[in-house]
Amino acid sequence: MALSRQQIAQRVAQELQDGYYVNLGIGIPTLVANYIPAGMQVLLQSENGLLGMGQFPSEEQIDADLINAGKQTVTMATGAAIFDSAESFAMIRGGHVDLTVLGAFEVDCQGNIASYMIPGKLIKGMGGAMDLVAGADNIIVTMTHASKSGESKLLSQCQLPLTGKGCIKRVLTDLAFIEIKNGQFHLLERAPGVSIETIIKLTAGELVVPEHVPEMCFE
Amino acid sequence: MSGLNKVVNNYQDAMAGLEDGMTIIAGGFGLCGIPENLINEIKHKGSRNLTVVSNNCGTTEHGLGVLLPSKQISKMIASYVGENAHFEAQMLSGELEVELTPQGTLAEKMRAAGAGIPAFYTATGVGTDVAKGKPVRHFDGREYILEQAIKGDFAIVKAWKADTFGNLIYRKTARNFNPLAATAGKITVAEVEEIVAAGELDPDHIHTPGIYVDRVIQGTFEKHIEQRTVRSQSDKQGA
Repeated sequence: MALSRQQIAQRVAQELQDGYYVNLGIGIPTLVANYIPAGMQVLLQSENGLLGMGQFPSEEQIDADLINAGKQTVTMATGAAIFDSAESFAMIRGGHVDLTVLGAFEVDCQGNIASYMIPGKLIKGMGGAMDLVAGADNIIVTMTHASKSGESKLLSQCQLPLTGKGCIKRVLTDLAFIEIKNGQFHLLERAPGVSIETIIKLTAGELVVPEHVPEMCFE
Repeated sequence: MSGLNKVVNNYQDAMAGLEDGMTIIAGGFGLCGIPENLINEIKHKGSRNLTVVSNNCGTTEHGLGVLLPSKQISKMIASYVGENAHFEAQMLSGELEVELTPQGTLAEKMRAAGAGIPAFYTATGVGTDVAKGKPVRHFDGREYILEQAIKGDFAIVKAWKADTFGNLIYRKTARNFNPLAATAGKITVAEVEEIVAAGELDPDHIHTPGIYVDRVIQGTFEKHIEQRTVRSQSDKQGA
């Protein structure tokens, strides 16, 4: 079975470490916040200028002056800090964020990522994504492995305009956890019940499959 | 003699000197921390052929988006322009030129302009369309592109409190691009919720020193929310 959005988030959360500062992109990455292991201290960075993003507010707590990078109303976690946009991207570009999780339309086995534009169809802009992929060392891309019509999104070369070049090393899809190195995809784990043949079939870029590919574990 | 007193009492005076074809840098992130009434004054004044530099271009109903139906913006420099129906139509028809700029690069372009730095190198955008036509240099084996600072004829910002000398304090994430925009205008206009006498703000708490600010006006704000997300007792999302 392919992973649900929640399960993808749950698997990403297993990569969190105590004391991490983490930037979560819009969509599935946001859900990772729901699976921070109990007792672990993690602060979420929101690039509009908040370190220590809390949960959504109650009706009474709603504050138009307190939003996240997805423009959603939020609260502040204990120990939060507020700063301007240049300071926020100094943290990101300076490599101070421990883990960045973001979505993508396509990745390729050179570590390129396309996530912000579909020419003629979707022209919204890159927001902070280009800064995040250029500045962070530890990035996990979350995405579906293939389109609904079965076309692979893990390519030998991205077709859409790039968000970043040679910067992606790990991809978690609904089917597999994949590492990118030496110009190849390497299969690390597969979703429970998903066959290696399915993953091979839906991966357009060169895929290295080791003899033993463990299934992902969920609590 | 007004000396260091920056206070103006009406929006005409606040935006006096704005002419067609000028560049305006605006603070705000989405509709959070935007100078609502200064934007409305630009609409009212009818200035045209403007270059506007801001992270976003408002929504169809609010923020900088209100300048689109009247076709006052000829060029927009922004990182994300997704929430406005007019925007895409004018972009596709060629009436509106758009320069998509990574968010951190945009912030740094403002900061650099305010600090007298004409350009800076960054890894952001290397190997993408953003890098096209820009000088490249390698430092310690890594590739960087040269990005130029952006100075505005006007900068318009929203702060929470000001004193009469134009010292500014922002509130929560309504700070965002505002302190950077404030440094980058030939004329910087700050719109605030409350103005107090010079000396009443704690100098240790001031975010934007008044030296950057030319005019201050007190306004009332609608503060529209784009994504009103609330937690229910069973819902932990966004925790």
